[in-house]
This record gives sequence, C-alpha cells and structure tokens, in this order.
Amino acid sequence: MKLELIENLGYRSLVVLEHLGRIAQFGIRIVVCLLVRPYRIRRLVADVYDAGVLSLPVVCLSGAVVGGTLSLLGYTTLVRFGAEEALGALVGLAVIRELGPVLTALLVTGRAGSAIAAEIATMVTTEQLDGLRMMSVDPVDFVVSPKALALLLVMPLLAGLFIVFALVGGYGIAVGLLGVDGGSFMSSMEGSVKFWNDVIGSFSKAITFGALTGLIATYRGYISEPTAAGVSAATTGTVVIGSVAILVFDFFLNGFWGV
Amino acid sequence: MRRGNDAGSPSELERMSEAEVPEFRVAFDGVSLKRGERLIFDGLSCGFPRGRVSVVLGGSGAGKSTLIRMIGGLQRPDSGSVRVAGQDITGFSERELFKVRDRIGMLFQGGALLDSMTVAENVALPLREHTRLADMDIESEVDRRLVAVGLANTGHLYPRALSGGMGRRAALARAIVMDPEILLVDEPFSGLDPINVRRIEALLVDLNRHLDLTLIVTSHHMASSLRMADRLVFMVDGIAIAGSPADLLKSEDERIVEFLSAESDRFAEHHELDVTPLMDRRTMPDRRKNS
Repeated sequence: MKLELIENLGYRSLVVLEHLGRIAQFGIRIVVCLLVRPYRIRRLVADVYDAGVLSLPVVCLSGAVVGGTLSLLGYTTLVRFGAEEALGALVGLAVIRELGPVLTALLVTGRAGSAIAAEIATMVTTEQLDGLRMMSVDPVDFVVSPKALALLLVMPLLAGLFIVFALVGGYGIAVGLLGVDGGSFMSSMEGSVKFWNDVIGSFSKAITFGALTGLIATYRGYISEPTAAGVSAATTGTVVIGSVAILVFDFFLNGFWGV
Repeated sequence: MRRGNDAGSPSELERMSEAEVPEFRVAFDGVSLKRGERLIFDGLSCGFPRGRVSVVLGGSGAGKSTLIRMIGGLQRPDSGSVRVAGQDITGFSERELFKVRDRIGMLFQGGALLDSMTVAENVALPLREHTRLADMDIESEVDRRLVAVGLANTGHLYPRALSGGMGRRAALARAIVMDPEILLVDEPFSGLDPINVRRIEALLVDLNRHLDLTLIVTSHHMASSLRMADRLVFMVDGIAIAGSPADLLKSEDERIVEFLSAESDRFAEHHELDVTPLMDRRTMPDRRKNS
C-alpha cells in the first residue's frame, strides 16, 4: 500500500516534470517564431482585440468594486484608531502592489485565457492545425505565437486600468460615502506609494503573469485531445493551472524580490 | 517484409512488364502502426502510381485516414518506410516535411477551413504564405479556383455559412491553389447527397485529367469509387490489397467479397446482426416517465 503510494507519487512527479519540460520547449518555440519573419501583425491586432478590448468591461467593473470594497473594509478598521486619513495609503498600496496585477491576471485567465485554450483546442479537433501543417504553415507561428504575445501585451495594460478604476472606486467610496477628506486620502497615497518599487514592480508582475497565462493557455489548447472532452479539459485546465501558477509566482515574486 | 497483397496472384508488379508499371509517387513498405493495444497497420505495403486516381477502400477503423495522414507526414509509422515523391519521409523533421508538403494538397474530411477567415482568405492563405504575388494577383487566382469548384461569389462568406458540400469544395479550392503534384482526399463523399457526390467526383476526375495530379482518395462509397478509380487499394486486417477495379471485382478473397457484397442484396442474407429479439418486445414507450 505504502509502496503503491510512493510509486504513484513518483509517477505523477515525472508527469509534471515532463509537462514542465514540454512547456519550456513550447515557450522557446513561441519566442523563436515571434523573432523570426514573417511577423503576424494583423493576427496580433485581432488577438489583442479579443483578449484585451473584450476584457475591458469585466476588468474595469471589477476594479471599481474591489477599490470600493477595500475602502469600506479599511475604513472600519482604521477609524477605530483614528487613522482614517491613512485610507489612501492602504487602498493605494494594496491595489497597486498586489490586487491590481493578481486579480487582473486571474480575471484575464478566466475570460481570455480560457477562450484562447478553447479556440486552439477546437482547431485541433476540427483538424485546422493539421490543415495548416499540410499547407507548410507552422501552427505555432501562425496561430499560437500571436495569441501568447497578445496576452503578454494586454496584461499590464489591463492591470493598469484595473488599478485606475480601483483607485477611483476607493476614492469615491472613501470621500463620497465615508466622509474622508479627499486631500488627505490623496496625500497619504502619494506618500506611501513608491514609483520604482511599487508601480514598476506591479508592472513587472503583470508582464510576468501575462507571459505565464499566454504560455499555459496556448500550451493547454495545443496539446488537447481532438474530442469535445479534450476542448473542455483544455479550458478547465487553463483556468485551474493558470490561476494556481499566478498565485504561486506572486508568492515568489513578493518573497524573494520584494516586488 | 512485404505483406501487401495484390488482388491477383502473382503480384501486380510482377505481372506488369517494366514499361507498364507507372512510377509510384507514393509507396508504403512494411509499415506497421499500433495505437494502444490495437494494431492498425501490420507490415502494410502498397504503391500509388503517378497521375492516376487511386481509391483506398475499407471499413470504418480500417486505417484509411491514418494512411492518408501518413503520406502527409501527420502520422509517423512505428516501423517501415513511407516514400513520397521519391523521398523516404519516415525520419523527416517538421521543417523537412514542409518541403515535401509543398508538393502535396490535402482535402480533410471536415474541410479544415480556418473558421476565423473567409473562404477567400482561406484559399489565399497558401499563396500569401509561400509566394510573392501581389494582392491583385492573389485575388484573381483565388477567384479562378473558386469558379473552378463552382463557388463563384462566395469568397466573402465564412466557412460556417457554407453547406457541407460547399465547404468541401471550398477546401478543395484551397488544396489545389498551389498546383500540387499529389492530392490527398479524405472521405470526400461522406454525408453528402447524391448530387454533391457526383459533383465532387467529377471535379476530382477533371483535376486528375487536366492537371496530371496523382490523386489518392479514401472512401467507402463503392459506386463512385468504381467509377473514378484507376486503382483500388483495399485495406483489411492491417494490410493493403491493391489492384485495378476489375481485379478486385473478380477477386475471390473472402474479405473483399464480403465488403463488396455489403452494397448488394446478398449481404442481407448472411450478415450476422439480427434485430428480431428487439422487435417482439417494444416495451420502452410504456416505461417512459410521463406515460
């Protein structure tokens, strides 16, 4: 029984390692395709539209709601200590350093990442990728790389928008609803948020998460089984693996680099 | 080891004098392939002559589509060799396969048109990728191909707006747009009405005659296969039995006789399925939840 457990654990570890190796190889193929001509600008623009513009409503709305919620929660705690003027610092730091990039990445993985995985998996099922291969067109170059790059590009932009909407939401609730002084809200935020450490750190996090989501979504779609169940597994797998990977990377980025 | 049989004995190659054997554009030699526990090819050997229409016949799951995919390098054999246009492609890398595929057109069973692009964009794709033609020339070339397959004025439509037969013809236009030497066609007639079957059959035969294409078609549509084939390749038990349609019709091989008789009245008399046990107790209507 114990031996079986260890055997199982060993087997699963090998499978995970094998997938990690394949993902790394796949990532290198994507980078090579992006660097070598032809550059797929038109396809990239279309994919940026699909992943970015179509994610705008959900990202902006979520940002505003998260900012407002933070203000409400922060105020009830801070007011006990008479420190409600520090609400700006709390909302600013939490949103810029952590919630902006992480929540945006989770939202984009759920909306755009899953859509990309489903699209590529459907192309596998309907032999569209084989069709490209038979036309001597590399599917990684034609289909996969523009989508992966699109996610990498839109993630920091969407995270930026999320942060702006969260700050506006937080300010609106704090000043409009809770009666916090607008000037002290802004000045406490200005005083505690550092450009290099917090803003640039947040930006780098968003780029990292964009690359991660792009890689996982395209890989998961690309290796899917050519069946309806394969498409479904690719979609679910992207959301689950993508979300966990984002949170794990966030932990390490925070812990080791203090980003 | 050659396990490919020919319909007559001795083998077709041996019967023909050197001058009569047309050059095989595609040849399988001792190809084996296992999928899980199932043996798909068991030392399969057969050839497809240049400029002729070869139809690959066989029941569902006999490996017809796998055979076609192997010629395109989309599926690799476990052992044996596949020669396409004089090259053994078995160990080729994806880059090397691209050079071989430049000479091949393939029509997939489902069309495999990219659904994010219009029909015209689909047909134009190989031209945009592999030629330096100006946009105007590409457009006129695409129009020419679409007219040839009877799809004039449909270039602006997306594949989802096309019927089954139209989609297959659009895919055919894309498959021949680079003037391939070899055209692989996977089940072109499945799910089509008789008019569309005849239309696509005529198109394929015309292409073979006028462009000297080596045409390899998989099908289980006997009537059209017998009409269009110069050579029939019958897939059974992991091997291929090849010969002219006349050879196969005369064959006394049980497996071929059974397959051919499936379309005749004889089949009804000796097939092994029997639904009579179901007929005397049609109880389900009474067992429905709302009955």
